[in-house]
Amino acid sequence: MTEPLLAVTDLRTTFRAAGGRRARAVDGVSFTVAPEETVGIVGESGCGKSVTALSILRLIRAPGVIEAGSRIAFESRDLLTLPEREMRAIRGARIAMVFQEPMTSLDPVLTIGAQVAEVARVHAGASKRAAWAQAVEALQAVGFPDAAARARDYPHHLSGGMRQRAMIAMAIMMRPALLIADEPTTALDVTTQAQILGTLAALQSSMRMSMLLITHDLGIVAERAQRVIVMYAGQIVEEAPVRELFAAPRHPYTRALLAAVPRLGARRERLEAIPGQVPSADAWPDGCRFRARCAQAFDRCDTAPPLYQIGDAHRSRCHLDAPAAP
Amino acid sequence: MTVATPPAGPLLSVRALSKRFPPRRALFGETAPEVVAVDDVSLEIGPGETLGLVGESGSGKTTLGRCILRLLEPSAGAVTFAEQDLLALDAEPLRALRREMQLVFQDPFASLDPRMTVGAIVREGITIHRLAEGAAADARVARLLDEVGLPKEVAARYPHEFSGGQRQRIGIARALAVEPRFIVCDEPVSSLDVSVQAQVINLLRDLQRTRGLAYLFIAHDLSVVEHIAHRVAVMYRGRIVESAPTRDLFAAPQEPYTQQLLAAVPRMRA
Repeated sequence: MTEPLLAVTDLRTTFRAAGGRRARAVDGVSFTVAPEETVGIVGESGCGKSVTALSILRLIRAPGVIEAGSRIAFESRDLLTLPEREMRAIRGARIAMVFQEPMTSLDPVLTIGAQVAEVARVHAGASKRAAWAQAVEALQAVGFPDAAARARDYPHHLSGGMRQRAMIAMAIMMRPALLIADEPTTALDVTTQAQILGTLAALQSSMRMSMLLITHDLGIVAERAQRVIVMYAGQIVEEAPVRELFAAPRHPYTRALLAAVPRLGARRERLEAIPGQVPSADAWPDGCRFRARCAQAFDRCDTAPPLYQIGDAHRSRCHLDAPAAP
Repeated sequence: MTVATPPAGPLLSVRALSKRFPPRRALFGETAPEVVAVDDVSLEIGPGETLGLVGESGSGKTTLGRCILRLLEPSAGAVTFAEQDLLALDAEPLRALRREMQLVFQDPFASLDPRMTVGAIVREGITIHRLAEGAAADARVARLLDEVGLPKEVAARYPHEFSGGQRQRIGIARALAVEPRFIVCDEPVSSLDVSVQAQVINLLRDLQRTRGLAYLFIAHDLSVVEHIAHRVAVMYRGRIVESAPTRDLFAAPQEPYTQQLLAAVPRMRA
């Protein structure tokens, strides 16, 4: 296997919850992303998937901290020990990010051309004219018809889908090696979503980018990712190549999630609801964190399961997958 | 998939309903043109039946739902509920009829008064419509909470203490409190996590079966609608462009817009 582009090892990110309690939102997460690979991270709200993304970019604000012992290696450098000045050169240039809310991430008083051009001014010291030309090119690449004219539009002139395209243009300006897309289409209509995911895939292959695609939507990872990481309660509970995950899911949470989602063309009498609620980060349960909601829980689940290796590229955090299960 | 055939004769009938929002003059700049949010829409819903209403944002589905409940005044058309002309009713008879038509909102966080206990929220409609009082009303609240899967102790607590799925259960209990026959469910599960979404969808189906409820189920998620609706209407730019029994619509969509919508849904192959 080639050297990974990104290697996250034992990432732990902690916040202070109400009442001063410690909330370890990400608790011991390790994974890699290979060059040109798309890795999907799926999970429900509060599972730690977005905090993982923000940690990679070191965008965790105090009093949140990335704990000592966490490592994030990117292009053979440890991001967590870099001075902030060097981190700024990586953020937005080598690793770019697209968020869910294009309206709140764009400045309403600047034209989109100016905002996209700004990236080249900051990261490459480009002249105003050169940066503008590059911005128009980027807008064209992400699917703006008549990009030269549209570059003079303000964000409020654009639909949600076009605003998200403008955000993607900013993200790809410096030809990053890794694009982190956090729920990039969640706020959009389904037809717009399909177009934007298509654009992302086309850009990715033409620019030979890797992508970390974070979403709650299993359908999106099924269509867009090569490898999938399932997160629950701050931890990775399963990781597998995409086909294997959907054909032969191992972790009871993954299976329950797949059974809970209504699927087009597969109408069932009842959906298999998962009982109970997602636990909260300031009170992770002891032992297996899914135990209280799991139909297959047994006495061994009192002790926290490790991530068992169950195939070349398949891992599951469930005692049922222990190599010498009783 | 077995769905009991709903009895003949519609409970709700909407004829040629339109809703126009007049042109608005902005303080600066040009005048915003008139918006036709709902354009000549007709539909029917039978007792115990679910009509799924799908469409993208801005297609007019929420406005249509609100016009049917007369929370917005339609610009033209007719709405008949239980053989009464809803648009001709004065305030008092309208209020009486509203008891039978309820609304469940998308956002379980914004739609519950944070200063009221859960018990008071569920009890409010019972009091307003004078359905019960005192201990009888308390018992009724406890029964409703039980019916939506919440322990009766929650009556003394406040909405902020609950998760999204539990709040949506409270919203459903509030709607059920006045014994409606028809509920407009406006994106009732779209803000919920997948594992909890299934709980609420199953609950809505169980309630339909036990209480014979009719639903107008508004959603942008086609797979949720396929799961819950008997018939589906597709809305695009204020109009219903296609409407058919659920199985037919998903198996053989006729309109290009419906085909496009279905093709855009990401699929899981197993």
